[in-house]
Amino acid sequence: MLVHTALGRAEQAARHWSAAGCPVVIHVDKGVSRKIYERFVASLSDVKNLEFSRRYRCEWGTWGIVAASQSASELMLERFRDVRHVYLASGSCLPLRPVEELIEYLEERPQTDFIESATTADVPWTVGGLDHERFTLRFPFSWKRNRFLFDKYVEFQRLFRLRRKMPNGLTPHMGSQWWCLTRQTLSAILQDPDRAEYDRFFRQVWIPDESYFQTLARQYAIKIESRSLTLSKFDFQGKPHIFYDDHLQLLRRSDCFVARKIWPHADRLYEAFLTDPAGAMKRTEPNPGKIDRIFAKAVDRRTRGRPGLYMQSRFPNEDWENGVTAAPYSVFCGFSEVFENFEPWLAKSTGARVHGHLFAPERAHFAESQTTIHGALSEAPLLRDYNAAAFLTNLIWNTRGERQCFQFGPADNQDINWRMAKDPNAQISVISGAWAVPLFRSNRNFMDIRKEAAALQKIESDFLNVLRSPYTKARVRIWMMAEFIEAPMEPLQGILDEIGPTQQRRLSEVPKMVDLNGFGQFLQNLKNQGMHPYLMGDFPVERAIETKSEAPRKPYLVR
Amino acid sequence: MGVWQSYRLRLQRKRWLIRAFRKRRELSRVADRTDTIRPNDLLLFSTQRNEKIRLPYFLDYYRDQGINHFLIVDNDSTDGSAEYLAEQPDVSVWTSSASYKRSRFGVDWLNWLQMKHAHGHWCLTVDPDEFLIYPFCDTRPLRALTDWLDASSIKSFSAMLLDMYPKGRLDAHPYSQGQNPIEIAGWFDSGNYSMSRNRKFGNLWIQGGPRARVFFPDQPENAPALNKVPLVKWNKKYAYVSSTHMLLPRGLNQVYDEWGGEKASGVLLHAKFLDTFTSKAAEELSRGQHYSASVEYKAYAESLKDDPDLWCKWSEKYINWRQLEILGLMSKGNWA
Repeated sequence: MLVHTALGRAEQAARHWSAAGCPVVIHVDKGVSRKIYERFVASLSDVKNLEFSRRYRCEWGTWGIVAASQSASELMLERFRDVRHVYLASGSCLPLRPVEELIEYLEERPQTDFIESATTADVPWTVGGLDHERFTLRFPFSWKRNRFLFDKYVEFQRLFRLRRKMPNGLTPHMGSQWWCLTRQTLSAILQDPDRAEYDRFFRQVWIPDESYFQTLARQYAIKIESRSLTLSKFDFQGKPHIFYDDHLQLLRRSDCFVARKIWPHADRLYEAFLTDPAGAMKRTEPNPGKIDRIFAKAVDRRTRGRPGLYMQSRFPNEDWENGVTAAPYSVFCGFSEVFENFEPWLAKSTGARVHGHLFAPERAHFAESQTTIHGALSEAPLLRDYNAAAFLTNLIWNTRGERQCFQFGPADNQDINWRMAKDPNAQISVISGAWAVPLFRSNRNFMDIRKEAAALQKIESDFLNVLRSPYTKARVRIWMMAEFIEAPMEPLQGILDEIGPTQQRRLSEVPKMVDLNGFGQFLQNLKNQGMHPYLMGDFPVERAIETKSEAPRKPYLVR
Repeated sequence: MGVWQSYRLRLQRKRWLIRAFRKRRELSRVADRTDTIRPNDLLLFSTQRNEKIRLPYFLDYYRDQGINHFLIVDNDSTDGSAEYLAEQPDVSVWTSSASYKRSRFGVDWLNWLQMKHAHGHWCLTVDPDEFLIYPFCDTRPLRALTDWLDASSIKSFSAMLLDMYPKGRLDAHPYSQGQNPIEIAGWFDSGNYSMSRNRKFGNLWIQGGPRARVFFPDQPENAPALNKVPLVKWNKKYAYVSSTHMLLPRGLNQVYDEWGGEKASGVLLHAKFLDTFTSKAAEELSRGQHYSASVEYKAYAESLKDDPDLWCKWSEKYINWRQLEILGLMSKGNWA
């Protein structure tokens, strides 16, 4: 048992092992002061089958831990002749199942070594970019205390291609440092005639405690089970996850013999598993997968996070968002201008939440004319424009689970153009030039109309350029207005199909198109004034003339 | 960041520390029990003025979380709160009648006390109306969090300010001493926060919530900052720059991940909006001792005349930390 802090807990664990008849050898880190060490030794003096081995300084990633395990193992094999299996544990390990069960389990497998051991080439476990280089480079400097020298020396060796060879052509293996080896294997490793050479080599390997026994066991073991009997989960930095009181049920169902690392103040865990033998026994249905899932999720949360979330501890750089927004949404440009009842129609045929112009200058037009919406997001225009991108991402985050659609146009705040264009969740459909329809129907002086038309056309043209840029990841559809009103059914059907499962298989009802009589002439008038509206495509002036005498057109209907 | 910039920040930090050192004279000792602080103790620092009604619950809340010692500066209270604090066995109290504003809203005083007493300790800096929520706070003590932060080599922990408010008029539910203020002010805005980076100090600048929504819809740039870094493994060379919004050295402000992941973070429930708020706001306005010519309090006074309801249809009722986690206001990070 390797011990360096929380000696009180280590004592508890040692007594537990020893009470079940297992001889215990304890290695106490040399960093522990003599006074504390002696008190610890004295406190365990009443335990019979317990020894203390020679102390080494154990710093993470260095040889000390291997040296400590070697000397402790030697002492164990020499002092306790009956020992068949040696289990390397730490002071913060906690036996989850009764020790008798472990003894039985090992007795049934007298020649099996339990040691996680995989070749570096095949498993991408390592953290920090060093895998095979752990063995081929030298690491004389401490990673914890001399990070700078450590890094520089690695760079230096890479630059000059300094390499080392494995002694005797060993294949490097790595795995958890918590193993359980048979006397045969362990003594073969410790009494190997070439041990001095191996030790010299591994002394300068990076994190030798994860490779020394793992590599050498492959030489001698009769039967290796490449897994650790100790349940130990690692986070994305390669540091073990810690278990707390609230993990009690999880650990009970984990079906493992030993778990690490336990928080020293987790009183309930120690009480449940050490002092109450019946408590450890009454295990519920084993469910070891659950622990895996919880810790895998934690790593995923730390490295990838929740897509579309911007918060105090997650604020990704641009293009590193892993999801600009939280969910798919649809943006419609020009549809509510071309159709009279587009918004209610869309809401009805898709079941989605359909907003008006969210980025309109006067206020955010939320669905159902609400003044605030999910998350208490306010309609106040200044507040919204203060950070328009956050307004959009907040809206989509707040309404997860409900598809959002909103209208957009050249009269609205254009700050979010790039944010939407680069977002794969955005489905942007544009009827270009439709902004002219409200102008056409307005009751304003023609010179004002002309001026505004010019401005809107410029803005929309910029918007279209953004949408057509190679960086755009949104699903973009653009129709010229002239082309769209010729056959609006197909585009609409396409958009709806993409939004998702609609109630109807085919569109039975289409929105009512506004009366465009005279629109061609209107455009021609603009042209005559020197302002060429080109975004809507070719609108023949004649068509307006042809239909002049007819009654107002009926909305499109599908039979 | 260039060498020049980092040198200037270093100078600025020295300046705050020297200033804190000078301001030590403004503090007079009321009860000094700092000799009982043991090496691993968790410390809480706070300034307060006339908050006696809030103090009993405040102290108990943090005692339960595992704070071992409270170091509190009393700014000229008249309601007996200094005496109350002096009676507590785990509280050290200093008092000052000097200008709150000129001590940079108490930051100088606390910087001095922290320089002197907090070196090597985890220390939490909060106001009496702020209540820390961290992941697993219902099952794990604060010490579990600080141990984990230590093991992960993390030196600072962020907890955004979350403004809590009651449903209905502020004076509809009077607060009584010892009561959990969240019982009254139990509602919050869940998703209207906007943030941007402060390139100079490396922190995030968060604004939004009910205060921006109700008091500052027309001048959002003046809405109060909500980002906070209240829990820090203190070193005597550190200094808070502006409230607990940011610190120097600037590396401590890097409490957010920039590559898509989530770091662990908590929330400070801000129970400012109780029935005591209206009179407090009037008093603070007349004292003029608050940030940026008390612009915040002016806005409050303006709106409070009409007695606004901060509550809206989309307000969320506070349940527990898991709810805040799901809403994306805080995160477990890789603590599991």
